[in-house]
Amino acid sequence: MSPSTTSATEPAGGPPRRLQASSKRYGEKAIQWLLGFCGILSVVTTTAIVISLLGPTIGFFEIVPADEFFFGIDWTPQFEPPSFGVLAIVAGTLNVTLWAMLFAIPIGLGAAIYLSEYASPRVRKTLKPALEVLAGIPTVAIGFFAVSFILPEIIVPLWPGEFLGGATGKPFMALAAGLGIGLMIVPIIASISEDAMSAVPRGLHEGAYALGATRAKVALRVIFPAALSGIVASIVLGISRAVGETMIVVLAAGSTPQFTFNPVESIQAMTSYIATTATGDISTGSVDYKSVFAVGTVLFVMTLVMNVIAIRLVRRYREVYE
Amino acid sequence: MAGGDPGVARNRLATAGARATTQAMLRDQPRGDVIRNAVFAGLLLLAVLIALAGLAALLIQAFLKGSSALSLDLITNPPSTAFPEKAGYRPAIIGSLQLIAGVILFVVPVGIGAALYLEEYADNTRWWNRLIEVNIQNLAAVPSIIYGILGLAFIVRGPLDLGFILAAGSLTLALLVLPMVIIAAREAVRAVPDSIRQGSLALGATKWQTIRTQVLPASIPGIATGVILAVSRALGETAPLLLVGATVFVTFDPTPFGTDGYSAMPVQIFNYALRPQEEFQALAAAGIIVMLVVLLAMNSFAIWLRNRYEQRW
Repeated sequence: MSPSTTSATEPAGGPPRRLQASSKRYGEKAIQWLLGFCGILSVVTTTAIVISLLGPTIGFFEIVPADEFFFGIDWTPQFEPPSFGVLAIVAGTLNVTLWAMLFAIPIGLGAAIYLSEYASPRVRKTLKPALEVLAGIPTVAIGFFAVSFILPEIIVPLWPGEFLGGATGKPFMALAAGLGIGLMIVPIIASISEDAMSAVPRGLHEGAYALGATRAKVALRVIFPAALSGIVASIVLGISRAVGETMIVVLAAGSTPQFTFNPVESIQAMTSYIATTATGDISTGSVDYKSVFAVGTVLFVMTLVMNVIAIRLVRRYREVYE
Repeated sequence: MAGGDPGVARNRLATAGARATTQAMLRDQPRGDVIRNAVFAGLLLLAVLIALAGLAALLIQAFLKGSSALSLDLITNPPSTAFPEKAGYRPAIIGSLQLIAGVILFVVPVGIGAALYLEEYADNTRWWNRLIEVNIQNLAAVPSIIYGILGLAFIVRGPLDLGFILAAGSLTLALLVLPMVIIAAREAVRAVPDSIRQGSLALGATKWQTIRTQVLPASIPGIATGVILAVSRALGETAPLLLVGATVFVTFDPTPFGTDGYSAMPVQIFNYALRPQEEFQALAAAGIIVMLVVLLAMNSFAIWLRNRYEQRW
């Protein structure tokens, strides 16, 4: 290089200033650690959940044989001798979840398609907040609604006579809780599915319309398949919410553990067993106390598997279109 | 002179012909398709209407059942089994307010801290940072009753051993809604464009100075919205409180660390709802009205806040 170029690049104000910080900035490091600790707290929470579930669950299986728990269909902890067949209350949960999803999937998906493909921007602007209101209603209010309105005013009058044992005169039933939970889940399915449908590129719509397709065809044959992973995710997440829902089943489904899928029977769900057994006065070492944690573990594993599936699916459609 | 030029006339003729053909084709969609389209639209509208009817029925039913019990007694009187006509929600309301205060005290610093760490500091290629992220998404979907079990085994008893006090319930609710706050705060922080950060750093500010003076102020409306929504969730949550000692017949005003028990609004509603007598059913419905009014006000405020201060860069 020629000497003239060197002199041209030399800074005017003497020797070059260092770009490093003039002090060690311990404060900055401390803050980073503090914020990192806040982030780690969520991992601590998960670990604490797993530990608090596992300890008593292991204790439970020292008293109750695992095959009785996992394959038994009689849940009678208060009998002598007690029987802990978890399938009875798993069936209770699935009984309620089934009716909830039969209600929520068509209504939620219908609302999602309507909002993303049919509704004018003005209609959308009023309908979406209304669904958000529904999502914000406390479950204890929905449970009260299920047991004091859905059951006596809707199910009993509409139920076909003595079908499956008849509905009249029953204070609790799985179907009432199912419809209540279904109502709670509609906004979840609607909003996640609608997000997925809105993420489908405009070009796909327009291409289909240009080929002469009707709106119904565009929605069902173009948008629906393209948004399928998000739609499935919304349904899986809805099932997970239904399985984990407590107050609606406690109020409307009763507390009669039995292995049945009859919608007009009173049943007990896993969550309602936990909520009604583990109230303040239960003694720590008892089998009942430990059984709460064993049921909690089953519930946690079931919902965790569904949540992981749903999160994966949501991520997939995001990756494809963004 | 318009029509005189044969070229223009020919163009017009061609355009009109093309338009007529296109319209004829569009109108001549197969009859079945047109009918199916109309039926489908009708079904979709029906789905929306059923959901809205459910919401409307819930609100109307609560109002019809509860209006007879709506009075000032509802807020000022303690619960009572002997005199349902005089019973109210006073200790439950005070308990809920204290629970919520505790939730806010915990969730705001920790939630914002975690969000800032994940958005500003964390290196996404490191496995532990990805673990934190996935973990938060999973935690947000864990059933609330499981948090009740956590509260019972870890906060009330076990390692923290706080006993059945209001503060334990508050901490349980805080852990329950923390993932919601983190997710909302992250979105708010992510929405601040990088040019703002780079500008600040170029002027010589340190990383924390940049976050404190530029990033945080710009993301406060989004964070506040998330916090309000999380708090309204915590306010309506019942199941975990049943496990961590929110007992029902508390006739005195609860305190955060008092060992005599505490109550909360939704727990009290739940208890009234379990009683078959007409008076208690009315009390439950009236409590639901009070809670829905508060929650609706909070949610509308959150939505207003989001729209009002939403910054467009």
